[in-house]
Amino acid sequence: MTSAASPILPRLELTDICKRYPAVIANDGVRLQVAPGEIHAVLGENGAGKSTLMKIIFGAVKPDSGTVRWNGQEVKVATPQDARKLGIAMVFQHFSLFDTLTVAENIALGLDQNVNMLELAEQIARTGENYGLELEPHRHVHTLSVGERQRVEIVRALLTKPQLLILDEPTSVLTPQAVQKLFVTLRKIASEGCSILYISHKLDEIRELCHSATVMRAGKVTGHCDPAQETAASLSRMMIGEDLPPSAHTEPVTLGESRLRIHQLSLPKAHAFATALDDIQLELFGGEIVGIAGVSGNGQQELLAALSGEDRRASPQMIELKGKPVGNRGPESRRKLGQSLVPEERLGRGAVPEMSLTSNMLLSHQHAPFVTKGMINFRHTIQAATDIIARFRVKAGGPAALARSLSGGNLQKFIVGREITRQPEVFIVAQPTWGVDVGAAAQIHDEIRKLKQAGCAVLVISEELDELFELCDRMHVIAKGRLSPSIATASATREKIGLWMSGLWEEWTTAETVSLGKTGGSGSRKKINVKNERGEHA
Amino acid sequence: MLKLELRAASSRSMAYLSPVLALLLTIFFGALLFMALGKNPLTGLQVFLIEPIRSKAAIAELLLKTTPLVLCALGLSVCYRANVWNIGAEGQLIAGGLAAGSTILFFDTGTPGLSGGMVLLLASCAGVVGGALWASITALLRDRFNANEILVSLMLTYIAQLLLMYAVNGPLKDPNGMNFPQSKVFSSDYLLPHLFSGSRLHIGFIVMLVASGLMAVFVYRSFAGYRLTVGGLAPLAARYAGFSSRRALWTSLLISGGFAGMAGAFEVAGPIGQVLPSISPGYGFAAIIVAFIGRLNPIGTIFGGLVLSLFYLGGEMAQSRLGLPSAITGLFQGMLLFLLLACDTLINYRLRWQK
Repeated sequence: MTSAASPILPRLELTDICKRYPAVIANDGVRLQVAPGEIHAVLGENGAGKSTLMKIIFGAVKPDSGTVRWNGQEVKVATPQDARKLGIAMVFQHFSLFDTLTVAENIALGLDQNVNMLELAEQIARTGENYGLELEPHRHVHTLSVGERQRVEIVRALLTKPQLLILDEPTSVLTPQAVQKLFVTLRKIASEGCSILYISHKLDEIRELCHSATVMRAGKVTGHCDPAQETAASLSRMMIGEDLPPSAHTEPVTLGESRLRIHQLSLPKAHAFATALDDIQLELFGGEIVGIAGVSGNGQQELLAALSGEDRRASPQMIELKGKPVGNRGPESRRKLGQSLVPEERLGRGAVPEMSLTSNMLLSHQHAPFVTKGMINFRHTIQAATDIIARFRVKAGGPAALARSLSGGNLQKFIVGREITRQPEVFIVAQPTWGVDVGAAAQIHDEIRKLKQAGCAVLVISEELDELFELCDRMHVIAKGRLSPSIATASATREKIGLWMSGLWEEWTTAETVSLGKTGGSGSRKKINVKNERGEHA
Repeated sequence: MLKLELRAASSRSMAYLSPVLALLLTIFFGALLFMALGKNPLTGLQVFLIEPIRSKAAIAELLLKTTPLVLCALGLSVCYRANVWNIGAEGQLIAGGLAAGSTILFFDTGTPGLSGGMVLLLASCAGVVGGALWASITALLRDRFNANEILVSLMLTYIAQLLLMYAVNGPLKDPNGMNFPQSKVFSSDYLLPHLFSGSRLHIGFIVMLVASGLMAVFVYRSFAGYRLTVGGLAPLAARYAGFSSRRALWTSLLISGGFAGMAGAFEVAGPIGQVLPSISPGYGFAAIIVAFIGRLNPIGTIFGGLVLSLFYLGGEMAQSRLGLPSAITGLFQGMLLFLLLACDTLINYRLRWQK
């Protein structure tokens, strides 16, 4: 009705939104306008205030001042229920689904009123068909892939017939092919008049998908633009306020000896929702960076636990560190052999939130001079923490600052720094720049390259393909607990890696085996050749 | 309207102010309680809080009761830091007391044998071992069968109490005791030496002070203490670091049981001087409050111990002077714990006045 009367009336209009927290100003005079049917990007680094703004729109956070207009009317959105009543739906970055319930049951829980399950299942199927979000309503959520879980969230949002759909970093868990599919869906939703707020830090995606963009930095809006008219470089300049430091391109390094060898590593599931590892093969040499790509939940965590020593179920020979079988050895004995590891979760695993940076040093510095005769040497430990803060430009209130008082990027710099200063011979890092701002990410990448220059063997497990393409010499892909053979980054394409992420590498690899001229019976060779041709057609 | 607002960072000063605030509020509500019972609140408070520390002898008595409270709380602090919820210090204290009492009775035969000091040393060690053994049952059940340590340690307290009953009704019963369920009174050689003549305050008080200092070093300076704290605060970080959670479970429970057992030994060989059907008026439970009032800090537990000891003495005074029921001590203890938990909210939140 409103949109028919005055088509230019914005669906959502925010003026002078301010939100202060005791230590920071999260939103400072923010203005934002979203037209009906518009896909509007909100981009900014971590900590720029994007999430606070979205929470204000969704009623989860109350602004200190400012007005929210919805279809021209001033409204107070006090709770998420209010937001849903207005027609605002949100898909969070971390899904809120119950693993043990079915798709339909999960969706029913998200709807306010009681629903007839049969009707709902039909609605789900219909919505899915309309928007290319195919779902089987009666499947249990724990059997779904991450992409499918996201579909459940989107369908749940769509069933409330929203006029505004907020998506928070929706592509962080998707393969490139799935991203394209999602974009088709989003364009269709928008074409029917629903506005979309798209929060992301992936500039290429925003340029491809969004009609307009609002850029935020340190709580303030620093610009509005049409992303299609901008370059990735100009967008990132608006985002971080300066040009990105040029990444130091490194000289090729001659490969050293084999440092880490994973041989036929298979591990059954540790619990019902884990991924079993299946015959993992990998060899890592000094002076190279090897990446492991893959959509999250495909065995990365399990592989990491086996490599760190947190999971000691592997038989000794399955993992060899510098020639020594360590499959059943704990983290500290692997550290003693020269391995450093940066885990995926910074708070809670890589660092104890309630402890000072100094105390957090000791998680991986359990040797002299930090610990002698069972006693902690605080003088050395404080000194080492201070050095890391200085060398890695960690923004922190000093070595006594609690880990949780640091921003994600700064804590990551500290943890990476802590592990690098151990002068490792094998360096394993998971999601090195996950949720880290652009500047810190560039710095962390540089440090990883320096390690390689110094002859260290580096293994990077990441869900960000861009990051892997930028850093790695070779790449593996992990899918459903199996690891693909490695492929040189120079000969890999995003499409190929994307296909491999779905587990489809068998055809490619048999082709390569043949081209290497491996001996084999002529009969089997023929078969492989046939397969090869099929593979090329596919 | 008052509103709670999340602080940007948890307040360190509030972490130390909170017990003080809780104590003041307890006194305030205590006054209301006396009023409700028809007593003059000022007299009530005076009898409850001031009378017990009016004289040197009274203060010695206060320190005497502080000893078992602090010893138990020292061990409990280590457990709670490691996220091991040992509720059964009372049972471990009884087991320790029983072990120590049995040891003394074994040597105290009237015939010349080992020197008194030697026997007391042996008895103390037996107390530590007895308490640790009792706690190890909890550790074993948790470790092997993943049994909940809160329930197991609590229920073992009642078993320990029944074991004590059996002992004083059976093997330890004084043959000349007119069938009373109690052991014979230890000879004076086998009692802990007093610090001053005329007071019951014994050498265990000094041991307690030294132990607090040692535990402070253990918790804050030793790598073993660090491992336990990390395991309690962030189990995943402990796994990442390579600290064994099983080791943390056993270490903390054995330390805790050992200290509670020592407290039991000191009670039996100190003020009680024999094995009775009851050797503790709930010191092991009160020590839980002591540990939290002391902020799980070994030095802090001394202050917590003084407060709870005062409540015990105040309760006795209130019974004799005001004719109030003995439950008054428990009421004050409970109030203090609840108010402390409430005040601890202010460590992470602040109160803001909002229209």
